[in-house]
Amino acid sequence: MRGHGTYVDEEKLTASVAGEVQRVDKLICVSPLKTRFNGEVGDVVVGRITEVQQKRWKVETNSRLDSVLLLSAVNLPGGELRRRSAEDELTMREYLQEGDLISAEVQSVFSDGALSLHTRSLKYGKLGQGVLVQLSPSLIKRQKTHFHNLPCGASIILGNNGFVWLYPTPAQQEEEAGGFYTSLEPISLADREVISRLRNCLLALTAHKVLLYDTSVLYCYESSLQHQVKDILKPEIMEEIVLLTQQKLLEHES
Amino acid sequence: MATVQVSEAEKVYILHGIRDDLRVDGRGCEDYRHMEIETDVVSNTDGSAKVTLGHTAVLVGIKAEIGKPRPMFPGEGYLEFFVDCSANATPEFEGRGGEELGTELSNTLYKVFNNKNSVNLKSLCILKGEHCWVLYVDVLLLQCDGNLYDAISIAIKAALFNTKIPKVHISSDEEGSKEIELSDDPYDCMRLNVENVPCIVTLCKVGHRHVVDATLQEKACSVASLVMAVTQKGTVTCLRKVGGGSLDPESVFEMTETGKRVGKALHAPLMSLLQQEEKLGKSRQKVGFLG
Repeated sequence: MRGHGTYVDEEKLTASVAGEVQRVDKLICVSPLKTRFNGEVGDVVVGRITEVQQKRWKVETNSRLDSVLLLSAVNLPGGELRRRSAEDELTMREYLQEGDLISAEVQSVFSDGALSLHTRSLKYGKLGQGVLVQLSPSLIKRQKTHFHNLPCGASIILGNNGFVWLYPTPAQQEEEAGGFYTSLEPISLADREVISRLRNCLLALTAHKVLLYDTSVLYCYESSLQHQVKDILKPEIMEEIVLLTQQKLLEHES
Repeated sequence: MATVQVSEAEKVYILHGIRDDLRVDGRGCEDYRHMEIETDVVSNTDGSAKVTLGHTAVLVGIKAEIGKPRPMFPGEGYLEFFVDCSANATPEFEGRGGEELGTELSNTLYKVFNNKNSVNLKSLCILKGEHCWVLYVDVLLLQCDGNLYDAISIAIKAALFNTKIPKVHISSDEEGSKEIELSDDPYDCMRLNVENVPCIVTLCKVGHRHVVDATLQEKACSVASLVMAVTQKGTVTCLRKVGGGSLDPESVFEMTETGKRVGKALHAPLMSLLQQEEKLGKSRQKVGFLG
């Protein structure tokens, strides 16, 4: 039986896109490597606000249509059960402006394919200082949690839409603000180096089409420690580091 | 130029990073991204080069035609520049969107090469007052990821190095009219001396410091930049300020000193790479556009 990404050519089932073959009993589908993000309910995404409209924000999440973040789907300061007033509508821009980055979860999918997001948990919300890396969504592995505090000293959010956010681990972990205020304090040089190294490692892994999850990123980071941060992007060194990472991953799995 | 949106917190992060001399990708303030240069990629031009700087890709093709010299300079040939910002680079360049940027880039190139020493224009003269070589330099922007001036100038230098102008013989008839004959041998050609061709260095002012080879995110955090053309000896042939912000005279001086230093350091490895590529000759494996 033929699924998405296939067609019948002279009685032979042929793939119409370049990608991974997925087989469920007799259903054969091909999911492409280079594609826009097709969101499911429950996916964690990192997006950028493109527009502020009446009672909603439009968020760019690398999908075919801009995603929607409704005013009723965010946590406003003052508690969860607050009624959204007309004043809230007028001060939307004070909370989220064009260009701001947010982490959110997909609540539902509209009939035209646009995603409806929500930040109704304290772990989602506006993102502060850090680095955004834009990759292909097919390289992000689906896991239980997408928020990781890496032992090397930085934290990472692996959005299902291919947007990966790297930021310094916040000092206090007890109370998560939910992005109500963003600290603009300068970040220490050591943390910056870790984040830059992680960013270059992510780009190296993407160039060699390695699946991204917390373990692969960590192994790549460890393999890259012998080189300088700016050298990681050179093609020869990139190849070397990714080979070491793949070896470590194979050992880990066996 | 293509623009990206950056949030306030990201801008602060980039600003503080540059202040501490550690940019987002780990480079220092004076480091270039990974650069790849290949010459002789377009077969029906007299000289061509393709330069990839990070994700910026630029293709330069040079064609030599015989034309009439300019009235002010009868004993010299000249160069004509045309920059085409193709819609391939960003959707903003669709239709006539890229024209403004293209004219700005070509005007800067005219200024940069508008002196006696960059290219030996006298060597392009065939017959004083009547015939000379006109070099049409066509620049095509394939991908735009910041720092267009630098990539274009390096590509032009590489393409000029690669240019092979056929040798001409002037013979006069019985009636006295002159005839121009191009030699049939494709290898009988003259090469240009590119020792004094300048390279452009763009310095973007971010916060209190300036960076070389800014990415689009860093460009979004800067309000003013300085574009300067530097030769191998360190001479500055053109200096231009771009952007809506203001620059302090002291910082202009600092930026020019940095630009001269970085520009001088760029020429030696570039020339050695071009000469190495030339030595490989026919045995060189051409990567072209599929690599």
